[in-house]
Amino acid sequence: MKLKLERRAAPSALVSGATPVLAVIATMIAGGVMFWALGANPAEAIRIIFWDPLFGDFASYTRGQLLIKAGPLILIAIGLSLGFKAGIWNIGAEGQYIIGAVVGAGVGLAFYPTESRLIFPLMVLAGAFGGWAWAMIPALLKTRLGTNEILVSLMLVYVAQNILASMSTGLLRNPDGMGFPGSRNIARDFPAAANPELIAGTGIHWGVVAALIAVIFAYVLMTRHRMGFQIRLAGEAPKAARFGGVRPRRLILFTLGMGGALAGLAGLFEVAGPAGQISIDFNSGYGFTAIIVAFLGRLHPLGILLAGLLMALTYIGGELAQTMIGMPAAAIQLFQGMLLFFLLAMDVFANYRIRLGRTEVKA
Amino acid sequence: MQIMIFGQIDLILLLASLMVASTPILLAALGELVVEKAGVLNLGVEGMMITGAVVGFAVGVNTQSPAVGFLAAALAGALLSLLFGLITQYLKSNQVATGLALTLFGLGLSSLLGKPYEGVKAATLGKMHLPFLSDIPVLGPILFRHDPMVYLSILAVVAVWAFLTYTRPGLILRAVGENHEAAHALGYKVVRVRLLAILFGGAMAGLGGAYVSLVRVPQWTEGMTAGAGWIALAIVVFASWRPLRVLIGAYLFGGVSVLQLNLQAAGVAIPVEYLSSSPYLVTILVLVIISLRGQHGAPGSLGRIFHASS
Repeated sequence: MKLKLERRAAPSALVSGATPVLAVIATMIAGGVMFWALGANPAEAIRIIFWDPLFGDFASYTRGQLLIKAGPLILIAIGLSLGFKAGIWNIGAEGQYIIGAVVGAGVGLAFYPTESRLIFPLMVLAGAFGGWAWAMIPALLKTRLGTNEILVSLMLVYVAQNILASMSTGLLRNPDGMGFPGSRNIARDFPAAANPELIAGTGIHWGVVAALIAVIFAYVLMTRHRMGFQIRLAGEAPKAARFGGVRPRRLILFTLGMGGALAGLAGLFEVAGPAGQISIDFNSGYGFTAIIVAFLGRLHPLGILLAGLLMALTYIGGELAQTMIGMPAAAIQLFQGMLLFFLLAMDVFANYRIRLGRTEVKA
Repeated sequence: MQIMIFGQIDLILLLASLMVASTPILLAALGELVVEKAGVLNLGVEGMMITGAVVGFAVGVNTQSPAVGFLAAALAGALLSLLFGLITQYLKSNQVATGLALTLFGLGLSSLLGKPYEGVKAATLGKMHLPFLSDIPVLGPILFRHDPMVYLSILAVVAVWAFLTYTRPGLILRAVGENHEAAHALGYKVVRVRLLAILFGGAMAGLGGAYVSLVRVPQWTEGMTAGAGWIALAIVVFASWRPLRVLIGAYLFGGVSVLQLNLQAAGVAIPVEYLSSSPYLVTILVLVIISLRGQHGAPGSLGRIFHASS
């Protein structure tokens, strides 16, 4: 007797939808073992991470945090999913996020202390442009010269981090900050440029609104628009795509550009709202976690919406677990990595049938 | 102008530290080269390196033996790569996504394991003193006064080259990487060969990481490999999948990073942030030059999923 894999003619939609749920359960079990190894009560730790942020003692505060964290994750993941679906691997969203924040905040701060309704919309445009432009570097190198976009986009994350450090100690440093690194606090001291909470206590700011719009936009694009069809075709059947008149260059420029613009937007909303200012440690890895969100959401807009909320939950739950039972911050990062592993491993059930079969001997 | 800059920097010391700075990337790139030659793209090098760095350091501290630390790091890297191997080879997952998962997982794992070791000192590898060779003026300090790992890494380049070029298993490995259907039809165990290559790649990345934490720095700080694993991936492309060119590539990048560190120390009028960016910018530049020339030598089945349908 031997286990055999038999390829399905088309991936099973049912299993494909069920795997994220199974992966989350598997991660909870494996994570429980990890928490136990760290000396925590596994059931308590899982409860603190997944239940308490929504219904625990501090829920009135943590519920608001949920959307604050989910907003940028969803916004970035939607952009990434377009490229991933077409087999274009932008893994430098973290860099595009940083540059979007720097450019957007820079434009806003240039007008300080002018009060005008036009400043914030201008910053939004600038943030999207910054992320877009940063993503155009790997995109143009890929379309003009065939340079590998994975490595270039990733290398640019490190460059962006250095630019961020340079900006927060140099060009954008708060002139009234007594020499401390970091820009003026936009959220606190510059109302015309701030991205405030729109409904008190909910955590909803313009970035969350933008994330929802992006979900709808991506859904319409992927199901109703020619570009969405081309993206899916290029990812699933590259050869057929070429014969079907899909122009790969346009696809690369579009998906990388969208990914960059949305990541840049996420950065701008973050710097003008929850983070408040440009500082050396402004970025917190959303660009990388969004990769997990995109896959966990099966590269589908609605899936990404749910996955973003779930991942935000683990962030907040992780912080709670840190303060309540002293769980190390890195444990939650490991937990998220584990989730992606389980998810990818379980994809086998969507793409293949598992057969228990004898090894046949043919005469 | 350039002479003035170099006037403040001890050239002999610079060249000597170049070899030390290059060794981690060389080890990791050499491992990844074998993996890719077998037709597998493992983007988890950074994750395996950083895990190797923390495990090597922790074991090195606890046993007071850097050698045992290196062994443990190789083992840790191989174990992590086994995870990648099982998922990509048996469960047929997407290699790009799984490699990314490995990197994210490794970064989390390492910062979790490393917490108790921040600010701790470990015994580092001693420098070798080779009779006669080490005493040659100029060349002695540059080439012959390093720790054993530097020489082992160069030996490994030659060994990998000889293995791939002259041995039968090396030929099989290349066949599997060039055309896995044909290799399968000839009766070679594609999945088994790839798994072994992946394990080797993991062990080498682990060694490279341990070299950063045990020799180059030497201490543990979170995220200390700072993209070295990604640079190693780029070097394999730069080298057109040839072991001897990997050596050149690694030393080129080692040179850039040492030079920029020296320029920072010498207080050149270029902002620190731009100097710190230079290894990454040079990586991009090199990738661009390589693609201008046209990418030659990529194994035919690189990154493709193998599923024996019969």
